[in-house]
Amino acid sequence: MKLAYWMYAGPAHIGTLRVASSFRNVHAIMHAPLGDDHFNVMRSMLERERDFTPVTASVVDRHVLARGSRDKVVNNISRKDEEQRPDSIVLTPTCTSSILQEDLQNFVDRASLYSESDVILADVNHYRVNELQASDKTLEQIVRHFLNKSREEGISNRSLTDTPSANIIGISTPGFHNQHDCRELKRLLGEPGISINQIIPEGELLRNLRDLPRAWFNVVPYREMGLMAATFLEKEYGMPYLSRPPIGILNTADFISRIGKPVNLWASALLGKEVNYDFYIENQTKFVSQAAWFSKSIDCQNLAGKEAAVSGDATHAASITKILVKEMGIRVSCSGTYCKHDAERFNEQVQGLCDEVIITEDHTEIGNIIARIEPSAIFGTQMERHIGKRIDIPCGVISSPVHIQNFPSGYRPFLGYEGTNQISDLIYNSFNLGMEDHSPDVFGGHDTKGVNTKSLSVDRINIDWAPEAELEPNKIPGFVRGKIRRNTEVFAKQNNISEITVDVMYAAKEKSSL
Amino acid sequence: MKIPETLTFECETGNYHTFCPISCVARLYQKIEDSFFLVVGTKTCGYFLQNALGVTIFAEPRYAMAESEEGDISAKLNDQEELEKICLQIKNDRNPSVIIWIGTCTTEIVKMDLEGIAPILEKRLGIPIVVARANGLDYAFTQGEDTVLAAMAHRCPDYKHYGIDGGVPSEIKYSKITISPKNESFYQKDKLAKSNLVLFGSLPSSVASQLNLELKRQSVFVSGWLPSQRYNELPSLGEGIYVCGVNPFLSRTATTLMRRRKCQLVGAPFPIGPDGTRAWIEKICAIFNIKPEGLEERENQIWKNIKDYIKLIEGKSIFFMGDNLLEISIARFLIRCGMVVYEIGIPYMDRRYQAAELLFLQQTCEKMKKPSPRIVEKPDNYSQVQRMHELKPHLAITGMAHANPLEARNIDTKWSVEFTFAQIHGSSNARDILELVTRPLRRKSGFTPNSRSLSKQMLES
Repeated sequence: MKLAYWMYAGPAHIGTLRVASSFRNVHAIMHAPLGDDHFNVMRSMLERERDFTPVTASVVDRHVLARGSRDKVVNNISRKDEEQRPDSIVLTPTCTSSILQEDLQNFVDRASLYSESDVILADVNHYRVNELQASDKTLEQIVRHFLNKSREEGISNRSLTDTPSANIIGISTPGFHNQHDCRELKRLLGEPGISINQIIPEGELLRNLRDLPRAWFNVVPYREMGLMAATFLEKEYGMPYLSRPPIGILNTADFISRIGKPVNLWASALLGKEVNYDFYIENQTKFVSQAAWFSKSIDCQNLAGKEAAVSGDATHAASITKILVKEMGIRVSCSGTYCKHDAERFNEQVQGLCDEVIITEDHTEIGNIIARIEPSAIFGTQMERHIGKRIDIPCGVISSPVHIQNFPSGYRPFLGYEGTNQISDLIYNSFNLGMEDHSPDVFGGHDTKGVNTKSLSVDRINIDWAPEAELEPNKIPGFVRGKIRRNTEVFAKQNNISEITVDVMYAAKEKSSL
Repeated sequence: MKIPETLTFECETGNYHTFCPISCVARLYQKIEDSFFLVVGTKTCGYFLQNALGVTIFAEPRYAMAESEEGDISAKLNDQEELEKICLQIKNDRNPSVIIWIGTCTTEIVKMDLEGIAPILEKRLGIPIVVARANGLDYAFTQGEDTVLAAMAHRCPDYKHYGIDGGVPSEIKYSKITISPKNESFYQKDKLAKSNLVLFGSLPSSVASQLNLELKRQSVFVSGWLPSQRYNELPSLGEGIYVCGVNPFLSRTATTLMRRRKCQLVGAPFPIGPDGTRAWIEKICAIFNIKPEGLEERENQIWKNIKDYIKLIEGKSIFFMGDNLLEISIARFLIRCGMVVYEIGIPYMDRRYQAAELLFLQQTCEKMKKPSPRIVEKPDNYSQVQRMHELKPHLAITGMAHANPLEARNIDTKWSVEFTFAQIHGSSNARDILELVTRPLRRKSGFTPNSRSLSKQMLES
């Protein structure tokens, strides 16, 4: 057992539900106790989804505990089959059902006899994988299932499309800015003349999966979901894939130039010419994306050498680290991810870009490191945003776990050339706010804060810290040290105290807690 | 009390959406200021809590997960040792007066003996440990609070009862580790001597004092609340104590108070809405042989105050999908406001504990000449949505899972969970209930898009 207050990645079944409910006309049935269908709430709230989330529960209650599910699961599957005629029903185990160890595969086999829809059992171990790994696995499982099935039925279509085309693998609900990224990615591929064959799982019909191998290559924008499916397709169907996320100018340029390889594999034979995207990249970098110009501008010069801390999922944290360091000249003091399963690759990606690499699922560890470093800005998840709030450091949210405000209605991709513009804004605004916040502090603080001076011209240099008072802040939790220090100084200024002793510190504390 | 026959009760499949009962920690840790709630469960429980409780999770809450890992499930690790480690850490970090263990589905299935381990660790750590099994196998949403309060009822000190025959008072027996209120003021002692009414149900302290005050006006003094603001202020219980519930979902607590603590239950409608509050006070007064004064004027005054809201909802229809057990009381109040209730979905219906409320509902329907609603226990959400498409209610009270999809299909909704967090008890809070209920209706005037429905599915077909 471990004591836990918060977690970055959800339980395995969330991953499975994300994949299942992203496909069109797929219904997931959870083998779960009452109240475990909170995924429906999240989807309906975060994504502001207009339609009923295609997830129901086959409720595990006392009776099931005592005598087993018997026909309950099978009946629930058949019922859903009749009511909504989904193409497929995914039976989803939860932590509860994995301890019960009922033979879910048997239920699935029995239910398949009666129902028109394909019934699949999601094959994930609740105690070994998290949400992200499970989503990856489920997507692969579904792709494998339907491709094998169409091969058996002899309806699989392996002929390449006439013009270059790609599948986008790993766009799902409720993913961080996934919808916008998907649109941007379509544009990014479309402009150099590559059509989109399929986008999975988002909005795709399962019966269309048989056409998946018709694409020339696959694109996996996020390392968290889709890699397994892409690897499967490469192995079984010889489809190459790109797994470098096109986030930031450099990564996007790299991404596009890499497209050349799989395209040119067939281009001379099918199109009668080779492709070269260099001109496209240059054009986009100069005129569509403002990010390259922004890096050269005076604004960005002011950011040079400032410190930042980065934390998030492997894809976003690594890409943002690269952007901060290589494109904006910002010093990244620490860069971390909670994707422990992808640690090796993450290390490789940020190697040499930051002072410290942190791989942890413990938010207090991240919090303490950030408090120690006191960067000028944080780029992280909602949790880091709150850490930032507590220690007065601005934060830009760059990765899930997210909040409803990270599902904007406006167009906010992170990928591609428009994505670079968005990221520039995000980074610049975070730092800019940080400076604004900081400069009034030097002159006595904002007048909206709790403990404050009324006048603006108090000379900071007058205040000395007595040696024993200097040690005192070390007894306070790292989180609040900076704030206590500041409040004490402000208090001293207010009361015309020139030397801060331990007494003064505690007097200030009393005042601020009123 | 006899249940009115014209009310129809049905029971469906129980395939409905509700919160897991462990969500009770959100309200209770705030209510009991010196407590710490430890949920012994899995990542699933943790994920639910951190998402359902939203931003409170960032405010260093006094609750946490003891997250079971594979070793715990396969019994490789010793439960007692693991829990001791965790509780010791909590004791060192937060120093609470009580730790409440919330048993979950996992602890039920692996049959973790929380009730057995708790007394051992209690002695070792010197902190009371209360065990409540608030799991999704047995309970829905607000029933979680019921299990916690039922467990707490055992920790209340014994009431010093003077027999009617004037015999020797029985000795005060405290359960082993329960600390008796030390800094009890003279004022409190004075009050205790005069009355022996304990109210149960967790309410925000301002609402609790409002109810105290309402009763005080009738010279009924409330001697204590279960739960109290602090753990060591739990009220004394025993023979001769009258108890009365303020919430409809507290049937286990009521049973425990009656059977185990020998208290006398006052069965009354719940103090929700001015009508409910009045009926509640009248019932309590009747027990103490007090003739209530000025109640009617007070109720009329409240009805007058909320006239503007009532105008908005009068004659409109409403459908409760059911997820928090407050449904009967709120429906009864809304019928009194002139609404037509088509269906009251409810997770669980204790017809004995809610008897007075059900009777009141029946009477209200007759009085207002409204058809009596069908009460659907363990509803089936899918069938309910089908029924709703037929009935086309003006408003649906529903969970967040269905709210947006229903709105897209032109059915106005109110998110049901808000009723559990808003202040809805007592006559002065009647406005707050109507504020919630009328919000979707008030928003409606003005903007209406051209398309009949905003659902994507319908537009496609």
